[in-house]
Amino acid sequence: GIGAAAANLRPVAEIQFADYIFPAMDQIVNEASKYRYRSGGIWDVGGLTIRAPWGAVGKGGHYHSSAPEAFLTHAAGLKVVIPSSPREAKGLLLASIADPNPVVFFEPKRLYRLAEELVPQEAYMIPLGKARIARPGEDVTIVAWGQSVLTAEQAADALEERGVRCEIIDLRTLTPLDVPSLAQSVKKTGRLIVVHEAPKTSGFGAEIVASITEACWADLKAEPVRVCAWDVPGVPYALEDHYLPTVNRILRGVASIL
Amino acid sequence: HIVLYHRIIAMYTSATSIRAMACPRQRSSMRGEESSMRAQVAPLHQPRLSRTPVVIRSSKKVQASAQPASKGASASSASSAPKSTPKISAEEARELYRDMFLGREFEEMCAQMYYRGKMFGFVHLYSGQEAVSTGVIKACLKKHDFVSSTYRDHVHAISKGVSSKKVMAELFGKKTGVCRGQGGSMHMFDKEHGLLGGYAFIGEGIPVGVGAAFTSAYTRRVLGEEDHDAVAVNFFGDGTCNVGQFYESLNMASLYKLPVIFVVENNKWAIGMSHARATSTSSLADSEPWIYKKGEAFGMPGVHVDGMDVLKVREVAMEAVARARRGDGPTLIECETYRFRGHSLADPDELRDPKEKEHYASRDPIPRMKEYMLKNGLATEAEIKEIEKDVVAEVEDAVEFADESPKPDMSQLLENVFADPKGFGIGPDGQYRYMQPGFTSGTAAVS
Repeated sequence: GIGAAAANLRPVAEIQFADYIFPAMDQIVNEASKYRYRSGGIWDVGGLTIRAPWGAVGKGGHYHSSAPEAFLTHAAGLKVVIPSSPREAKGLLLASIADPNPVVFFEPKRLYRLAEELVPQEAYMIPLGKARIARPGEDVTIVAWGQSVLTAEQAADALEERGVRCEIIDLRTLTPLDVPSLAQSVKKTGRLIVVHEAPKTSGFGAEIVASITEACWADLKAEPVRVCAWDVPGVPYALEDHYLPTVNRILRGVASIL
Repeated sequence: HIVLYHRIIAMYTSATSIRAMACPRQRSSMRGEESSMRAQVAPLHQPRLSRTPVVIRSSKKVQASAQPASKGASASSASSAPKSTPKISAEEARELYRDMFLGREFEEMCAQMYYRGKMFGFVHLYSGQEAVSTGVIKACLKKHDFVSSTYRDHVHAISKGVSSKKVMAELFGKKTGVCRGQGGSMHMFDKEHGLLGGYAFIGEGIPVGVGAAFTSAYTRRVLGEEDHDAVAVNFFGDGTCNVGQFYESLNMASLYKLPVIFVVENNKWAIGMSHARATSTSSLADSEPWIYKKGEAFGMPGVHVDGMDVLKVREVAMEAVARARRGDGPTLIECETYRFRGHSLADPDELRDPKEKEHYASRDPIPRMKEYMLKNGLATEAEIKEIEKDVVAEVEDAVEFADESPKPDMSQLLENVFADPKGFGIGPDGQYRYMQPGFTSGTAAVS
């Protein structure tokens, strides 16, 4: 795929599960992300799009459930895109393929069976690098992506009943990070919660918290909170539901900063 | 869909080999043994399915396996060993039969339990390939030998000696499972029996097995423990033979003469990708993608064996294990076998030609072994029935045990991250992190 893209094709490579991206990491990080930079713009791997089913569902175990986006967001030169619904997926995938940079596109597995939506027949693109406000609110900003958006929505429904109005932001594109949209929201609410499926330490939530703290220091009313999976090396078979960030943990997170 | 696939396969393989499945097989007879024997390159139209073991000579003298002339040409002929003197004792034959039958019963029970919602996720069944597991592990390996398997690892675990109760409990996700419910179907481990896992990635376990063999060689040659003779056996499939890790491991094993055996369970399909379409030939003179020939390219003997015949597998494996224990280095064994079910229980298995399935079903290793035992007076009908009854009871026991076992505690989630068994150490409040409020010790039942 990398060589083909360098020689001007527009390949879409599939990796059957996101967990399996690790054997390809050498080529992706050392070649795909660096080609344009290393060659001073002579060659590039912009035509490459890698798509991989991502996230935990159905007790798939250690190697069928991972969310390894953090490893790839660290490689400048790559874009990482994660949709949160069928309509989003189509628009974002077409935009990723058209984008003149190498893009890694993770498709949340939980949504394959769970999500139903009317998707327009014609081709359309959703711009990369721009987050979407999935639900407007005033009290707390919840940033999520992929299937965590669904979990956040469920938590927001529960909080709505208690009079707390959450603004949910679906990040869509992880890198490049849409700091302006996030900053605008946090300036309004003053509270930030990041929800993601990957383990907490060095997850992409850490990057978001750092960037927002830098941008909105004076506007924050409480410390930013990350609700993530536990820092364990794999997704355990029998204990998957306790490993992932649950609605309850989001509720506790919100409660701790209100 | 099937017709299209059939045509595509015919393009890549010799056209007669598929038709030949339904026709009587011709066997190439093996001559002599000690004299220098070149690998017999299959003529273009020789059906691939009937090969008798071919041994490629390495520089050290390898004892070639004596092959008798074939008897019946029909695909369902029982045995290929001489009728007069069976090369196996009655007791061992019965053990092998029991092991194969247990493997089959266990896997079929897994299918039932999966469809009843007792196990989840991805389950890959071994039905049809029992001769390889029994012939290599049960017949040749000792407790201290290592086995590194794939995601299709239930039967490897059982053949190696892991209790079927613990395997079933692991599949159910219970605390009493081999990994206490942490791993599931694809991650069977056992220290006592040297089972290095269960790997979901293909080829992932091969370097690990080579490493274990390195320990054995190191202990013997460098640390001087002369009687330390553990060998490591790596199992993997035809698809894995196109993975880089495989080749790196072959080279290193050969270079250091490590006591490792590479067993390819070539069931011709990597999920839905036919081996013929995925793999190129290993030599310019060939038209078929032989895997055993890759052994010679890396300086080790490569052997092809009928993986549906437990006695043949056993013979080849015994030789390879003896070679490894002597310190003569690795061997690559290609077992021609077949999985009767789909890749996993989620696989509708629509791509494979029904004729191909029928052909291999007629070569089922279990009835074959049964006929062999009866014909050679190694067991009576009554004794065989006794064995089968015993196995069925064992599998039922295993299900009961797994059913009644408790689910893992929530506290198990944070254990075994680092060496500190209580989870990743002490939290900022001075308590073990897993003792934090909201993380009480209860069962892992979903609320």
